[in-house]
Amino acid sequence: MAVRLLSKIRLVPELRGAAYSSAAAPAQLSDFDLQHKTPVIRKQKIIPVAQYGGRHAVTMLPGGGIGPEVMGYVRDIIKYIGAPIDFEVVDIDPTVDNDEDVQYAITTIKRNGVGIKGNIETKSEAAYVTSRNVALRNELDMYAYVLNCKSFPGVTTRHKDIDVVIIRQNTEGEYAMLEHESVYGVIESMKVVTATNSERVCRFAFEFAKRNGRKKVTTVHKANIMKLSDGLFLETSRRIARDEYPEIEHNDMIIDNCCMQLVAKPHQFDVMLMTNLYGSIVSNVVCGLLGGAGLLSGRNYGDHYAVFEPGTRNTGTAIAGKNIANPIAMINASVDMLEHLGHHYHADLIRRALNKTINVDKVLTPDVGGTASSTEVVNNIMGNIGRC
Amino acid sequence: MHTLVGNPVQATATTTLTTKDVPRRSLAMSRRNRLGGSQHIGKGLHTTSVKADKNVCFAPLSISTLEKNKEGRIKCTLIPGDGVGPELVYSVQEVFKAAGIPVEFESYFFSEVNPTLSAPLEDVVGSIARNKICIKGILATPDFSHTGELQTLNMKLRNALDLYANVVHVKSLPNVKCRHHDVDCIIIREQTEGEYSALEHESVPGVVECLKIITAAKSERIAKFAFDYAVKMRRKKVTAVHKANIMKLGDGLFLRSCEEMAKLYPRIQFEKMIVDNCTMQMVSNPNQFDVMVTPNLYGNIVDNLASGLVGGAGVVAGASYSADCAVFEQGARHIFSGAVGKNIANPTAMLLCSANLLAHVNLHSYSKMIKNAINKVLKDGKVRTKDLGGQSTTKDFTYAVIHCLT
Repeated sequence: MAVRLLSKIRLVPELRGAAYSSAAAPAQLSDFDLQHKTPVIRKQKIIPVAQYGGRHAVTMLPGGGIGPEVMGYVRDIIKYIGAPIDFEVVDIDPTVDNDEDVQYAITTIKRNGVGIKGNIETKSEAAYVTSRNVALRNELDMYAYVLNCKSFPGVTTRHKDIDVVIIRQNTEGEYAMLEHESVYGVIESMKVVTATNSERVCRFAFEFAKRNGRKKVTTVHKANIMKLSDGLFLETSRRIARDEYPEIEHNDMIIDNCCMQLVAKPHQFDVMLMTNLYGSIVSNVVCGLLGGAGLLSGRNYGDHYAVFEPGTRNTGTAIAGKNIANPIAMINASVDMLEHLGHHYHADLIRRALNKTINVDKVLTPDVGGTASSTEVVNNIMGNIGRC
Repeated sequence: MHTLVGNPVQATATTTLTTKDVPRRSLAMSRRNRLGGSQHIGKGLHTTSVKADKNVCFAPLSISTLEKNKEGRIKCTLIPGDGVGPELVYSVQEVFKAAGIPVEFESYFFSEVNPTLSAPLEDVVGSIARNKICIKGILATPDFSHTGELQTLNMKLRNALDLYANVVHVKSLPNVKCRHHDVDCIIIREQTEGEYSALEHESVPGVVECLKIITAAKSERIAKFAFDYAVKMRRKKVTAVHKANIMKLGDGLFLRSCEEMAKLYPRIQFEKMIVDNCTMQMVSNPNQFDVMVTPNLYGNIVDNLASGLVGGAGVVAGASYSADCAVFEQGARHIFSGAVGKNIANPTAMLLCSANLLAHVNLHSYSKMIKNAINKVLKDGKVRTKDLGGQSTTKDFTYAVIHCLT
């Protein structure tokens, strides 16, 4: 998509200056602003990727709670297998009100292209401080969120062999952060759905389904109540399914029904496509079905950047420092990162070791029914690397 | 620190490695062979309890982007070069052999002054593109061109592989007597455009025009490389070297690209300096510099000047990077043809290059081992080559380094 837009820029000579000046002044207009507040033309920032001599630089945001711990394990494993990755660690102080650290973190992701993050805490409840996770996604314009939900045979759960992919619109909808009190005692919160963003994420979902050999896409919505906003999303997905991807089966489902179906008969789903808030709910439901917050990893994609993180966005402050946090989610995220960077060999090495640890050795932390500590799990994975 | 003694996981992990596990012994043995020596890695930051540094590192055989041959050894392209190059490269090979480093060299004779013996450019480029790493001596460049071609072989190689960034780490070595102490700066040079674009012509007799090309894309790329390198090496400051007061458009573009890129790195100080002032500052107060980013020709000059400050061409290592490949070569490019066959050249620079190469492919312990050995030899000061005021030969120095490998 980026290539297509770039070529568009090249075609129109007077816009070249615009594209260049946007690269010249990164501090003034964020990608989010460029995409959403300058509707006439989508401008691209051209920043070369940080890849030198085959080594990649990756931003690491440990975040709060168990973040620093599990990031430490990830670094150990990456070092152990010798993957050509150089981490640039950015710590964000959760207690301060200003956004300096977050802005810096966003800048580092822009120049590295790829990030891996834990969950960043937003302690402040002041109205002007936006959630840092949301700020990060919006500023980098990462409009698609992908959660691969595949059952681990080694983890005992009610349903076996679930294999669902959740794709979520990540930057608008209920997370537009536009709330106001028009008269005293009446608060309005806006949910924004735009045709462009719906189209982008729908196309992303169908393209994902096509490339990964998936059969069906289910759009999740509440268009029976929100006829215009969710209606637009639904219509867009239907149009793209009909016009561009006729080979992929498409159906839709109302969110409340969807949740019920998920816990009752999860196997009917393949790829699920939804707006922001529903995505948050559904991904947590599925994570719960598969064994909790500590297993799955999520991926945020924009046109230029990708950020990898654990699948459910909980900091786990309560269990921080007790050596019982489940490191698997973050290790999965690092596998996703390696795949994204094209280091399939290393990704495969970790994934196989991880699967053996979970499914064969069954070395698991208490949250998924095991007794091992975090370090035992990590040591077991390292022991398995290269031996399976 | 959590103790892992008696931990069943740890216990099973160790038994698979010991000979206790008889049926798997041959497998374990073959694996150890594949590993080619134990590789210790640094401690993780947050996890003292995970004994990662006690494990045998799997790194050397699994660097997916690097070509490895059947026995799990990393393949590396080797270009001996002209002048004393072959002697220095031989010294590197001796040290690698003695240290048991799992690197296999794919040697190509490549030379512009000996065109009949030289391997074709495509073969060399193909080999480097495949292996991703290369160690290279200096190629001599004749002052005039036999064929009328304006590009030298060096330039062709760089352009073919798009090796756009040259990094020279100028660092004072122990016990090398120089005017300045504790010099430690990194010079980053764009080396695919600028004055080296090989575009010269005689428009009317007696008037020659030489084109210096500066592009925004390549300037931004080198600026970003410099800043990213500064971030990676935890440096504080980047200095852009230019001559924008005279070449207002060309060097102006370079400078502006650097300024724009600097905005993305708010935690690194950025300053600019005109090249003439820079050379003066360099010889009078070199300690003020940290990372320097320069266009092509200025970089060449500053590289050589800075190398002179710390002991000459024989002790400064450099490297050239593209997005995929890294070529390690001496920082100051002199073939030292007067010393060919006399066994007096200083192999320190080449050995440091090889240590940097090992660090690049995650063989950090070997890299440290070689660096420590060189430092020890220099510190003892008993074995010195001629350029450092001694009487020892290249071979003596090499064997002294081998002796100090621990």
